[in-house]
Amino acid sequence: MTTPEENNAHLSNSITGPTRLTGAEIIWATLVGEGVDTVFGYPGGAILPAYDALRKFPIHHVLVRHEQGASHMADGYARASGKVGVAIATSGPGATNLVTGIATAMLDSIPMVCITGQVSSKVLGSDAFQEVDITGITLPVTKHNFLVTRPEDIAPAIRSAFQIAKSGRPGPVLVDITKDAQQASATFDFAAAKPRPYNPHPMLSVVDSGLKDAAALIRASKRPVILAGHGIMQSNAGEQVRTLAERMQIPVGTTLLGLGSFPASHPLNLGMMGMHGESWVNDSIQQADLLIACGMRFDDRVIGTPATYALNAKKIHIDIDPAEINKNVKADVALVGDLRQVLEQLLPLLPGRDGSAWLNQIAASKGDAAVRDIKNLPDSGHLYAAHVMHDLWRITEGRAIVATDVGQHQMWQAQYYRHDHPRTLITSGGLGTMGFALPAAIGAKFASPDREVWCIAGDGGFQMTACELATIVQEKLNVNIAIINNGYLGMVRQWQEFFYDKNYESTPLVSPDFVKLADAHGIPGLAVRDRGDLEAAVQTARGHQGPFLLNFLVEQEDSVYPMIPAGAALHEMIRRPGSNASHNPLLERPEDQ
Amino acid sequence: MLHTFVAYVEDKPGVLTRVASLFRRLNINIVSLTVGHSERPGQSRMTIVADAPSNAGGQAGDRIRASMYKLDDVVEVDDIGRSPSVTRELALIKVAATAANRSHIFELVEVFRARIVDLAPDSLMIEITGVESKIEGLIQVLNETEERVLEVCRSGKMTMRRGKHSTGVLRAMGINGPEPPKPEAVQDNFADNI
Repeated sequence: MTTPEENNAHLSNSITGPTRLTGAEIIWATLVGEGVDTVFGYPGGAILPAYDALRKFPIHHVLVRHEQGASHMADGYARASGKVGVAIATSGPGATNLVTGIATAMLDSIPMVCITGQVSSKVLGSDAFQEVDITGITLPVTKHNFLVTRPEDIAPAIRSAFQIAKSGRPGPVLVDITKDAQQASATFDFAAAKPRPYNPHPMLSVVDSGLKDAAALIRASKRPVILAGHGIMQSNAGEQVRTLAERMQIPVGTTLLGLGSFPASHPLNLGMMGMHGESWVNDSIQQADLLIACGMRFDDRVIGTPATYALNAKKIHIDIDPAEINKNVKADVALVGDLRQVLEQLLPLLPGRDGSAWLNQIAASKGDAAVRDIKNLPDSGHLYAAHVMHDLWRITEGRAIVATDVGQHQMWQAQYYRHDHPRTLITSGGLGTMGFALPAAIGAKFASPDREVWCIAGDGGFQMTACELATIVQEKLNVNIAIINNGYLGMVRQWQEFFYDKNYESTPLVSPDFVKLADAHGIPGLAVRDRGDLEAAVQTARGHQGPFLLNFLVEQEDSVYPMIPAGAALHEMIRRPGSNASHNPLLERPEDQ
Repeated sequence: MLHTFVAYVEDKPGVLTRVASLFRRLNINIVSLTVGHSERPGQSRMTIVADAPSNAGGQAGDRIRASMYKLDDVVEVDDIGRSPSVTRELALIKVAATAANRSHIFELVEVFRARIVDLAPDSLMIEITGVESKIEGLIQVLNETEERVLEVCRSGKMTMRRGKHSTGVLRAMGINGPEPPKPEAVQDNFADNI
């Protein structure tokens, strides 16, 4: 005799052709058909029929503690795997709680499908219990969304959602399904529900005319810089970008989301550009005569201000989204299309060149700004966040997947943890969502269960989604957590220090004892105050089977350097304090190179 | 600067909101918007006239068009710009008029090639089609006489390129052969259209 579970598992396997199913079953059957094995969600009234049918399908449901966690986990899953992440919530507050995560995915072009329950179609628009117009609310923060009121429309809507989410410039798609559509039955035919094929933009034809112009610009340039963005990972073009850089001897600066798309240890890699980027990267951009933008969108955190950005440089802008062309920075040649395909067409037109003069010029300009080897710096015993990031990188050999939150620690991590591999940094770049790190790390762990995963968060951001510690325990996940605890909302405090006369209004932060908080969840933890204890603590966490929390009590009023004040030009950076500044040991000395 | 777009969109609920929401997000004012069935089954045709701020740069039209293409329900977008095209707007104008002063209005209507479509003891209604400047011309002279304009209802601009299948998209896709030489830009002209 078979157990009910075996019978039920059979349902999913037995669907080979058109089958009569309830709308609830169609939701899961369609997800299974799309290759989904893990979803992140939270049940509730309007999505209950779907949850009732879940056990019949081979999908692992991760019960989150807040729906924002579900959307961030789906996001982290997508970023780590390149696949579409799936989040599920009920109507009303369940759906609105997803919104921050949806907007986060939208701003960073992350493929994600959110499924929400909706009140019955008969009471739509009547302000029924837990009714909210979620398709209206998410209109500006989704690539597309659907309201489904009939069971026969569920499979086509979900299949279209997957298609839209991952095609072109990826993004989140929401499917809102009324309760009566889940309860009623329809014929499920996965193959027949196939969405219409993805048609690239008619405006993609720009490519043909621009290729020769782009190649001519590259061949003629004396001081070119490649700007490596998130699109390199999205289009899997790392190899092509590397070929372009190596063949033409072009140095590479990366955006925050582009970290890992070009190996940090590569001799042509300059490092991160922008507001907290390295000064020599920003200076190179300002001196360049050609910028080759690969899958990046000239965000304001990258360009400072358009009026002063790279005025001497021609710009070749390669992006899949025509709406990005000439949005922030005017392109001299725009190549609209999939980055990998564009580069594959472009590379045959580029025979190679000697770029040593320009590379030597950049190397010379690094000068006293080039120090990154913290090991040799004066050691007062004080713990600085930079120490933590540097040691985490050294100890994990740069191989861990690191999810960071938003703020100072995020920038320090980007500066001191060197990413050689794509999809190893998971961070909210565009929206800058605090509370992102912990749920995103959970999602990443599900995407890569065999990889070492670290969540790095500040004491402020961590408390925004700390409830997901319970999710880690319930799912028995081996995720390590590092809290960079400086007792302030650090980045805001830094802005107050620089731009608001040190008026530290509402930035000092009283936090719980994070080690005790972890303990209450059954997660072991350690507080680290001294630099000497750092390595042992990290090794303890890594050696522990299961989650581990490290509470790093770091220097309180440390600031992220260098920094371009918002709206200033790239070459007007605030540099690290000189050797006479006593409060920061991260001095820049040429002899440390 | 005014931009005129013609868009084919899916004829589904919510599509108008999506298009309108896009302009709202870009902080661009929609001057007029007309929607109706098109020659394509299941697709509506929109004519959108938008006032893009001058700081959006010379490429504002391209950016708006590219952003519209990102909407899943938008099938095709054409930026009419200054290409040869026919533009019409329809207006209904209700004017206070009695038997004593009607004849003057009849004369004006005749000059403007408009029509009287309703006549009441103390008012009449004029139907006029043409370019914006023509309609505004009639309203202006009506206001300058002693007759009072009671109500004005305007359809917003409808625009169609002159000649056979001349949208840029078809050309870009190579369906309609090579790009034809661009004729001199034709300005909408009150005298041409009256």
